[in-house]
Amino acid sequence: MFKWRTEDFSWVDFTIDVLRVLIVLAVIIGSWNTLSSGRISFAQWVNLFIAGLSQGSIYALIALGYTLVYGILLMINFAHGEVFMAGAFSTVFLAEALNRTGFLNTQPMLSIILMILFAGLISMTVAILLERIAYRPLRGSPRLVPLITAIGASFFLQYTFRGLYGSGFKAYPQVKVLQGTVPIGAINIPTVQIFVFVSALFLMLGLHWLVERTRVGKAMRAVSENKEVARLMGIDIDWVIMFTFGVGGFLAGSAGVINGLFRPQGVNFFMGFIPGIKAFTAAVLGGIGNIPGAMLGGLFLGVIEAIGPNLVLAGLGIPGANQLKDVIAFTMLVLVLIFRPQGILGERLSEQKA
Amino acid sequence: MKRLFLVLTLLSLLLAFSVPAFADSHCMDDLGCVEIGPDDPIVVGAMLTVSGATSFLGEDSRGGIEIAINDRDGMVLGREIELVVEDSLCNAEGGVSAATRLAADDTIVGVVGTNCSGAAQGALPIISSAGMLMISPSNTSPSLTNADTDAGGAYLPGYFRTGHNDLFQGAMAAQFASDVLMAGSLATIHDGDPYTEGLAVVMADTFAELGGEVVFQGAVSKGDTDMTAILTEIAASGPDVLYFPLFEPESNFIAAQLVNTPGLEGTIMMTADGSLVAGFTANTGDAAAGIYMSGPSVSGDAYDEFLAKWDEEYGGVPPSGFHAHAYDATNMLLDAVEAVAEEQDDGSLVVGRQALRDALSAVDGYEGLTGALTCQSESPFAGDCATGTALAIFEITQAELDGNWPPPIVWDLSMAMMEEG
Repeated sequence: MFKWRTEDFSWVDFTIDVLRVLIVLAVIIGSWNTLSSGRISFAQWVNLFIAGLSQGSIYALIALGYTLVYGILLMINFAHGEVFMAGAFSTVFLAEALNRTGFLNTQPMLSIILMILFAGLISMTVAILLERIAYRPLRGSPRLVPLITAIGASFFLQYTFRGLYGSGFKAYPQVKVLQGTVPIGAINIPTVQIFVFVSALFLMLGLHWLVERTRVGKAMRAVSENKEVARLMGIDIDWVIMFTFGVGGFLAGSAGVINGLFRPQGVNFFMGFIPGIKAFTAAVLGGIGNIPGAMLGGLFLGVIEAIGPNLVLAGLGIPGANQLKDVIAFTMLVLVLIFRPQGILGERLSEQKA
Repeated sequence: MKRLFLVLTLLSLLLAFSVPAFADSHCMDDLGCVEIGPDDPIVVGAMLTVSGATSFLGEDSRGGIEIAINDRDGMVLGREIELVVEDSLCNAEGGVSAATRLAADDTIVGVVGTNCSGAAQGALPIISSAGMLMISPSNTSPSLTNADTDAGGAYLPGYFRTGHNDLFQGAMAAQFASDVLMAGSLATIHDGDPYTEGLAVVMADTFAELGGEVVFQGAVSKGDTDMTAILTEIAASGPDVLYFPLFEPESNFIAAQLVNTPGLEGTIMMTADGSLVAGFTANTGDAAAGIYMSGPSVSGDAYDEFLAKWDEEYGGVPPSGFHAHAYDATNMLLDAVEAVAEEQDDGSLVVGRQALRDALSAVDGYEGLTGALTCQSESPFAGDCATGTALAIFEITQAELDGNWPPPIVWDLSMAMMEEG
């Protein structure tokens, strides 16, 4: 591990080794301090963990959009956070209407399915238009070009939606059946968090089935393997790419509604920015281009974010530990890039993909 | 010979540059004048948060400014009013670029803005050295009205604001928590913004002075949606009052999630004017009931009328809580222009820049939407036109959840004096 005094001593390796040791030490000391102080009870830890899982499953749904597109086009669609916003922001009006008529609370499940379909459809449309207008004409250009375009498209979408719905904040109405808690053993878990986790799981299973068991899924896998050979086999590449954007968009839109049930407040034109970046982090964490990796990365990031500040940072005596939640998320990203660039589940990418 | 030539050249250059000042016989003002031709409009500048995550602040203020102008049918002194809006973002760099652009335009009589205290710190030196003035609707940082640079003061002549200094509002919140709610312990949350941090610190300091115990001072970051972690930490110390003077949506998230946090059932929530927004109750849900908010005593017929105009003009309700301050700031500026402008024989107007500043400094007891405004000139309150006497504490009740706005006032400083007297 340590390579000093040898011929091939490198300062970079040395610094990284030191960093590795320091991080492990910080985590151990911080956690030890927190756990031995007993400031937070076992039940509270479990609650934080579950809340982290719910938040993580929303990150995972958005992360899937990044990973699907990367798997097929090897590009990062940085406007994906705005695709999420488009669905979430538009559906808030449908949710308000459903709430006014009382339908939301008499038929909660039907309403939620309706909302998810509506948001999915909006986000899907936005994602497909994005691909058709902003990315397809640039396919084959150097990799930096679609990246810059994506950032431009992201601003365009933000301010278009601000123009449509205004800059004020909106909130999803409360769904009565999802309020309250479910007692599991001695611990009360909020119903809505269980609902969020389960519905996200359903959507992910749906995606898994789509990719692994259907003809179009086979086509997607073929295109991601090798576009040219897939074209020779008679696969309509343009259509498959559009379909992939559509699937990613649908997942992002449904994540918008699920997020609205979990954290109803703060719906506005800028709401996609941070979840977008977090989901991108999750996708890289799990191994970008890898579908189970995005799911795992999302859940992992959500839990780390929920538990990390209180466990490690507060234990190290860092003031304002909770303000540093994002620092934990992005430190994770940096660490993954340093120590395991291919991500948790990612395979070593071939020259062509990397 | 050569030297003489040089001296002559320099002298002639000097003369050339000073000629306009000599030729301008109407303007007797120390800082120069704004000259408005017989057919030219009166130009008012604005530095607002037009883009970015906090652009709701800019939209909110802009509505207040435009309604103030519309209330005069778009005219002052028989001339049209033209509004020039620059984007000052929510940081010092944005303030610098917006102020530079406005300062380059010598037809501008005065500037309304900025929204964020951080932007004002960038903008003020430029506006001040250009001889202009700025009236902010929503700056609250105490440093902006403090002339003592050793104590971090950033005040420069030409600065005014209708937003409430954190020193007033934070102290008032502490007095209410301590004297009326009889709270013994306090927790505060800010989000790193100078506005929220200033209020949280002043509140905590004053609360401790009044004999209470501050058990937790923490922070979240802007854009956080999950407040479980910090609330869990606060629950460990179980404070009587939790003060979170944040903006939407972070304040919505905290209020909504606090109700579900075990250990905080008895904790009273308090927040400030950043969340005194018509959409707050709808955005927070049932959890909003029982929250106390400090803010300007915007209530009564004049404010209802303002809200009706807003609904007519833009539809819905203002997106933040500083539109009334912007309305007052614009009116004060236009009133000052009216008082100072001198009409010349050729029909043009001359407005002295120093005279304009003096006119604003002399504002005393102006009845605005945000209460009586009196501009002070002594540091640490130099340029503070909101004196703190018009602040009140509101309580969100079931009626607000059903759509009423603004909420009822439960306490103000006149009641405090009665209790003491």
